[in-house]
Amino acid sequence: MELRSRIPDGPLEAKWERHRSGIKLVNPANKLKHHILVVGSGLAGASAAASLAELGYRVSCFCFQDSPRRAHSIAAQGGINAAKNYQNDGDSVFRLFYDTIKGGDFRSREANVYRLAEISARIIDQCTAQGVPFAREYGGLLANRSFGGVQVSRTFYARGQTGQQLLLGAYQALSRQIGIGTVTMYPRTEMLDLVVIDGRARGIITRDLVSGAVSAHAGDAVVLATGGYSNVYYLSTNAKGCNVTAIWRAHKRGAAFANPGFTQIHPTCIPQTGAHQSKLTLMSESLRNDGRIWVPKRQGDTRPPHQIPEEDRDYYLERLYPSYGNLAPRDIASRRAKDVCDEGRGVGPGGHGVYLDLRDAIARLGRRVIAERYGNLFEMYQRITGEDPFQVPMRIYPAPHYTMGGLWVDYNLMTTVDGLYAIGEANFSDHGANRLGASALMQGLADGYFILPYTIGDYLAQAKPVKVDPEHPAFHQIRGEVAERVRRLLAASGRTTVDAFHRELGRVMWDQCGMSRNATGLKEAMGRIGQLRDEFWRDVYVGGRGEELNQSLEHAGRVADFFEFAELMCQDALHREESCGCHFREEYQTPEGEAKRDDERFGYVAAWEFAGLGKEPVLHKEPLAFEAVHLAQRSYK
Amino acid sequence: MRVTLHVWRQPGPELAGVFVRYDMTDVSPDMSFLETLDVLNQQLLARKDDPIAFDHDCREGICGACGMVINGRPHGPQRATTTCQLHMRSFADGAELWIEPWRARAFPVIKDLVVDRGAFDRIIRAGGFITARTGSAPEANSLLVPKRDADLAMDAAACIGCGACVAACPNASAMLFVAAKVSHLGLLPQGQPERATRVVGMVAQMDAEGFGACTNHGECMAACPKEISIDFIAQLNRDYWKAVVSPKPQAASANGGDA
Repeated sequence: MELRSRIPDGPLEAKWERHRSGIKLVNPANKLKHHILVVGSGLAGASAAASLAELGYRVSCFCFQDSPRRAHSIAAQGGINAAKNYQNDGDSVFRLFYDTIKGGDFRSREANVYRLAEISARIIDQCTAQGVPFAREYGGLLANRSFGGVQVSRTFYARGQTGQQLLLGAYQALSRQIGIGTVTMYPRTEMLDLVVIDGRARGIITRDLVSGAVSAHAGDAVVLATGGYSNVYYLSTNAKGCNVTAIWRAHKRGAAFANPGFTQIHPTCIPQTGAHQSKLTLMSESLRNDGRIWVPKRQGDTRPPHQIPEEDRDYYLERLYPSYGNLAPRDIASRRAKDVCDEGRGVGPGGHGVYLDLRDAIARLGRRVIAERYGNLFEMYQRITGEDPFQVPMRIYPAPHYTMGGLWVDYNLMTTVDGLYAIGEANFSDHGANRLGASALMQGLADGYFILPYTIGDYLAQAKPVKVDPEHPAFHQIRGEVAERVRRLLAASGRTTVDAFHRELGRVMWDQCGMSRNATGLKEAMGRIGQLRDEFWRDVYVGGRGEELNQSLEHAGRVADFFEFAELMCQDALHREESCGCHFREEYQTPEGEAKRDDERFGYVAAWEFAGLGKEPVLHKEPLAFEAVHLAQRSYK
Repeated sequence: MRVTLHVWRQPGPELAGVFVRYDMTDVSPDMSFLETLDVLNQQLLARKDDPIAFDHDCREGICGACGMVINGRPHGPQRATTTCQLHMRSFADGAELWIEPWRARAFPVIKDLVVDRGAFDRIIRAGGFITARTGSAPEANSLLVPKRDADLAMDAAACIGCGACVAACPNASAMLFVAAKVSHLGLLPQGQPERATRVVGMVAQMDAEGFGACTNHGECMAACPKEISIDFIAQLNRDYWKAVVSPKPQAASANGGDA
């Protein structure tokens, strides 16, 4: 396997434009002959499917939800970044690029990130034209807010439902194409394997979640827009259905997996209440604009928050990071919350929580303004906890939220398998070791609207894939393997439910491969995961039949893949003997407890090649060259 | 706390359904309603019984996947709350709960509490969009939208497409769902060129799907987890009549015509 990043030559600012102008085009009449399979219907998938269909390609789009409108992008709350400089506060493409590179702790590719920043402004134009109801000023112009890790105000938002509104925009564009007949939509359909013929991705095997039918779909290219894998931790802010299956199966068929250990733990989530907990709920980071984070100065201070006077409160982020304060990046804010809780100063049941207090902002701006900015978040908090944030400060704790790692892709967003693309959270490309707030929506839409539709044409024009039939023996063989796996899962007649196994895996991953990691713990975790995986196949009970709606079976397939994937994640975290961004190795820290990078040894993207189950994966390194930015220790002090 | 659940069990679309009683003990008031069903399903699996099928995904009240009728009310007793956000502290200890799927001809039951809401997607395809090809958009701030209009459009756009409005309506009408999208796009300057074709196309599809007519019960608004107002239905009616009696010729296809 060879990693060819295909980064264009020339100065950073000219790379994309030059590349785009040199890209091979597919003649409009020939586009009709090409069939593209898009898996996933979130921001990246829906925007790509709609845009490809507008260009004239035939598209099939698949999602496991009952409607493409429900993909998990819908849950993104806070906003989307764009270098519009509408606030006249000195923002620019370069600044957005630099903030993203720095926020990612210098572990992402300059060229990709610069392109992302360049495209960002057009995304806002596109979404506005679709009717996305962004927040506005009284004069009718677009409004902005600030987000973590930056000092300019460049985030566009639609109340606390930005992801929903952007997704509905893309969904509506997609729906229009489905109505015209250029996109065939397959809801309640899950991709269970990838079909590679002569080194090229030529199709997928799916299971219809209602009838259970396992089918083959052939095409000229396959686009995976299947999101991230935070659910490997069981408890995360992801939707219950989010899974690693599509990208893991692609990995097993030859796609390199990059930086799997880079997982973002979001600082502002509602703490867990008990063993029944099925997921964790995020409170938008935008609350950190007006909220102040604190814990009592003294251990074991059990006074209710309003009885703790100012001098007994430790606003630790403001104390440690005076210039960024409560807007320190996510990885830092999360780790510091863990530290103060580990010191015994956490609040709420079990001491796993810190206060996010809007008292001062309410006093300064008034209840009405705060309600307008965060009303729906406050209501959500109250429904879950039974407490009113206007009266009592919110309690928050970090939770797994986003995965920067994903399938390795080149500058064209193609994986190491020809004709197989990965876009959105499913790839690794833009966020390095830590993603800044309001950048996921930007990246998903940049990939789907403005990058993939160009770059996929370049491949199709050059590779000129000949038509394959889903009756080709390769499809038969892999469909057989998928059916056999379903049969095996159903035949296992153990005593333990899928959910119980998933929880146990999640516990191991959170403890050993979560917010902080060390070599001993990671090695232990790898051993434990192997044991659990064996136990899973021996002792799981799935129940029901394959030819019906069987949610236990769906879950079982996903958990089986998480068990295989989790080991790779630990392996990656173990091999990276440095701390960077979200990846905090306890052995490698500065005296102040900040992440200590080792650019000399680890200034690369780790791309892993699958070598067979139970075999050591093969590491490939893509060195990261920095021409426009100067490598520095991140400082938010 | 203790609760008794009577859950609608229906093995398939063509098979008869029946309420099955489950008595649950040790339910924590901090549990969400769906977590209670999770616990019950774990118990059913442990006895090798078929677990209850129900749709759910984000569990934070935004994806619109979940939805069941609890004691006759879509999404249960709490105002402005989806089923996934409902917590057991909303119920008294010893409560007896009857749990059913959405019941509407246009939403056929697939299994237990899972229904097919594909009709909503087909209504959107019939006109619930603004035609704006990728790449053709003008600079965003070249278009001024009064804050009041943008806010009102956002109120309508908050719809999560869960279908509670249909389940709550004695006529199983989808008017609130359609009204929300027609109003969201119709309130914005970007939505004007297709305003007439949009409303005509969406209403025709709504009728074709077998949803009932609106007779102003207002149950939809009471059940809506996003509190979308029936004022938007008035807006829909106004837009519809304006479009139908408009002297302007209608486009042949609601999909815009560059097919």
